[in-house]
Formats: sequence, structure tokens, C-alpha cells
Amino acid sequence: MTTTTHELAIEATGLRKAYGDKTVLDGIDLAVPAGTVFSLLGPNGAGKTTAVQILSTLVSADAGTLRVGGHDLATDPQAVRAAIGVTGQFSAVDNLITGEENMLLMADLNHLSRREGRRVGAELLERFDLVEAAKKPASTYSGGMRRRLDIAMTLVGSPRIIFLDEPTTGLDPRSRHNMWNIIRGLVAGGVTVFLTTQYLDEADQLADSIAVLNGGKLVAQGTAHELKRLVPGGHVRLRFTGPRAYENAASALREATRDDESLSLQIPSGGSQRELRAILDWLDSAEIEADELTVHTPDLDDVFFALTSHPTTGPATVPAALKENQR
Amino acid sequence: MSSLSLALRDSSTMLRRNLLHARRYPSLTLNLLLTPIMLLLLFVYIFGDTMSVGIGGGGPDRAKYIAYIVPGLLLMTIGSTVVGTAISVSNDMTEGIVARFRTMAIHRGSVIVGHVIGSVLQSVLSVVLVGAVGVAIGFRSTDATVIEWFAAFGLLVLFALSLTWIAVGMGLISPNAEAASNNAMPLILLPLLSSAFVPLHSMPGWFQPVAQYQPFTPAIETLRGLLLGTEIGNNGWLAIGWSLGLTVLGYFWSKAKFNSDPQR
Repeated sequence: MTTTTHELAIEATGLRKAYGDKTVLDGIDLAVPAGTVFSLLGPNGAGKTTAVQILSTLVSADAGTLRVGGHDLATDPQAVRAAIGVTGQFSAVDNLITGEENMLLMADLNHLSRREGRRVGAELLERFDLVEAAKKPASTYSGGMRRRLDIAMTLVGSPRIIFLDEPTTGLDPRSRHNMWNIIRGLVAGGVTVFLTTQYLDEADQLADSIAVLNGGKLVAQGTAHELKRLVPGGHVRLRFTGPRAYENAASALREATRDDESLSLQIPSGGSQRELRAILDWLDSAEIEADELTVHTPDLDDVFFALTSHPTTGPATVPAALKENQR
Repeated sequence: MSSLSLALRDSSTMLRRNLLHARRYPSLTLNLLLTPIMLLLLFVYIFGDTMSVGIGGGGPDRAKYIAYIVPGLLLMTIGSTVVGTAISVSNDMTEGIVARFRTMAIHRGSVIVGHVIGSVLQSVLSVVLVGAVGVAIGFRSTDATVIEWFAAFGLLVLFALSLTWIAVGMGLISPNAEAASNNAMPLILLPLLSSAFVPLHSMPGWFQPVAQYQPFTPAIETLRGLLLGTEIGNNGWLAIGWSLGLTVLGYFWSKAKFNSDPQR
């Protein structure tokens, strides 16, 4: 393989898709360099699955220039299919047959020789810890096992580009971490991963580049670090037990944002030692006792909520959207 | 790999998969076999005496009615078996595995071709089983030559192929197994409205066209002619015409449905 990081594994310009009069994807531009993990982040119904379905040749796009693995999706879908592997949101295993038979089915469909198919199948079952369950019908597998079998089946054809549509949805924390390790292993092997998720920590952990999809539009794109810079700095949150202390503090601290319901104040702060000491000193001198003090640094959650609160907001209106969430 | 050898290889892989399903879970096929076998026993042993008087005059003669009813039930068996095909196609489409197949560099039609060939093989097996029951209760071909046996076999396979393609189309438009089973119901009901149980001329005049202009009647009359030496007339051509017509219709219908974007 002579892929360099400059080559684009996935390239989309002006991708549009509508079902009836409902626009699902409204002009999306994507560029995923080969050998990287790209994460498409968005709330339920944002259009993530549709994007994966289109890029994996399952559904046709209404408009847009799309290239996957260097091949044009519209003119040469079969070449795209030969380059990709897909693990969809709903398990794509044959439940009526055993795990091993599923692997052999994939080997046959990838046109491996019988011997090669058996070798690859056995190797992947071993790698995904499915050897014990190999002879049991896939319908008896747990959610995590089925997801592992699903990915193992995807890997039989050694695809260079893998689409993973919400691969950890519905998995317990341990299975989720296992899945993360699997994905890291794939990337280490030079595979390009296109990952959709609604878990921000997942994108934060795995992705080289993240795009936030909301209401069919990309509302932000960049590294996790760049996205976090989109929202204003962190804050210190003071919570009070009684309304009196709360009112006292609120009237003295003009720049704080009030939350009358939970009797708490938010003071903009970077969370440095000096800033925290200043707040503590001030509380002491005013003889106000806060019930709880928490330091909040911006994370992807803030970005996510800020960017996805309004279905129609573009990046330009982020501050307005932010205010609504920063109660 | 050339596209023909790709098509052959992938279709045979899909066929193996479907046969594996049928072998692993034979209950669906066996359940569907119960209908024609029950009807055969019911009509022969419970209604047989009366029916035999009705169809040919003379005294009650159960053997005569067995000879009359078996060809119809063999074709009904095909109608019944392909209901299972509609159900398994519909099941398949709701499973993620077919979405996976669609994103793989395989021959696109192989998923459907695998179902069709598997279903025809199952139909033939079912016909053999029901035929064996028929023979066990006394059915005998009176004068069929080797050529007529081959022709009878060919007719059954062709008829199975045509009903299978229709059933595949029905399976593809059905959102779930229940809907598939309902949509395919006519394939079980049509034989009841044909000349399978009583001759056309014994039916009320207004109903005769219903029984006459449908695929089962000419196929049944042809099979009867081949196995028992009754008059075939133009039923042979009609049976072939119906079968080819339904095959072509089912083929293009299924192809269009399978190639359209999945909606579920």
C-alpha cells in the first residue's frame, strides 16, 4: 500500500438527500484523509446514518460529488464496494447460522479460496474472542458478541476504508472500551475509519477529526481541540443551600449568571489556581458559605449542546445558542 | 473474475446459505407441507366417497377420487411451499445482513437468485413428499410414459419457478413476515378455486371463468393428462404460457424492488 496521509479516502462535495419533502442532508462537504479516524457526531435524526448509507453505496444521493477510495460513487459503485467495509447500526449478521458459518459466508463472498477463508475466519474469531461461541447460532449471542462478530465479518475482505455506524450504541462500558481498542487497532493497521456516534467522549477518544451534523448541515468541523475552542471558557459553579446566602452572593457578584431554581451561580473562569483562590478569598471575606464548588472546563458536551440546540442554526449563531443552554 | 463466473459463484454461495437455513430450521417448510397433506387426507377419507360419485357418476369409488385429486394437490404443494419463500425473503430484507450484502462487491442479483433456486429445490422436495403420501394411499399413474414423466417433472419445476418469482416479489414488498404470509395467501387459495378438487363443469356457470382463467387450472389439467392420460387439449400451452408469463413478471418486479433504495 502506498497510501499517504495526503490522499483522501472519502471526499464529498455538496452531498444532498431528501426523503419526500424532508431534507435529511442539506449540502455536506467532507474530506477524510486516508489512515485517519473521522467522526460524524450528531443527535438522533441528524442524518448520520443516511450519510453512511450513501457513502457505503446503500442509498443513492440526490446531489453531490462523492468519491470513496478514489472511486466515484455514482459511476463505479462496485469499485467502492470492493474498497470498503460497513458495520451498520443494526447488526448485519445472519442470525440463523453460527458465527463460524457467518465468517465462511463472508470468505466466500470475498472470493477467498476455501483454505484461505478458513484461515482468515479462524484468525478473526480468535482476535475478537469468539472462538468459544463459534459453533453457536448468532441469534444466541449477546449484544457485545454480535457487534464483535459484525466487525469481524466486515474485516474478512481486508477493507481499506471502514464505516462504523454507532458501533457502541447499546453496549455496556466494558464492551465499549473493547470496541474502542478494536478501532484503534484498525487504525494502527492503516485503515481509514468513518465513525458516527452520539457519544462525545467516543469521538474525543478516537477521532483525528470531528464534524458535527445537525439538521442535515455540518455546523462545525475540526479536531476535538479546535471544537472545544468554539465555546467560551469554563466557569466555576457555586451552589448554595439557602436562598439567603444565594441572594447575598448573587447581589455581590454581578458578573455571575444566576440559576434561581438550583440556587447556583456560574462565574466565568478558566479554572486556574489563581482564579479559584480569588473566588475563595472573596467568599471568605463576604462570609458567604457555598454548599458546593465545582470547576467546569469546556468539553465536547458543551460544543455539542451549543451547536445542536437549534436544528437550523449555523456556526454564525453559536453564541446565541450558547446563551440558551447556559442557564 | 468475469461477471458470469462472479454471478455463478455468488449465487451458489447464496444458495448454500438458503439451504443451510432450510436445513437448520425445517419447521417452516414442514408446517407449510401440512396444508396439502391434510387436505389430501381429508378429501380422500372423509369426503372421498361423495366426491367420487359427484365427479364421474357411478358408485362411490375412493380410488378414482385419489387419482383425480393428487395432481391438483401436487401443484397446491408448490403454492404452499413458496409462501415460505415470501416469508423468508421478507425476513431476510428486514435483517441487516442483506444491507451488508448490498455494500459488498458481489453480483447484485445473487441474493435473490439464491432464494429462487433454493425455493424451487424445496418445492420439488415437497412435491416428492406429498407425492409419496399420494402413492402410499393408493395413487398410481395409469399410462405415463418416460417422456410424460419427464414432461410432468418439467412442468412442476417450471410452475415452481414462476410461483417462486411471484413469491419473492411479494416478500420484497412486505415489511414483515406476517405481511408476507398474508400477501402470499392467494397462492394457497387459488388452487381451492381451481379444478383441483372438482371438475370445472360441475361448478356454477358464473364461477367457471374464475376457475378457468387462472394459472392453477391449466397446470393441473396438464399434469392430470400427463400422469393419467386424460385430455390435455390446449391446457399444456396455457400452463406453459402462464408459467413463463408469471416468471417474467415476477423477475422484473423483484428486480425493480430489490434495486430500489431500501426504505427500512
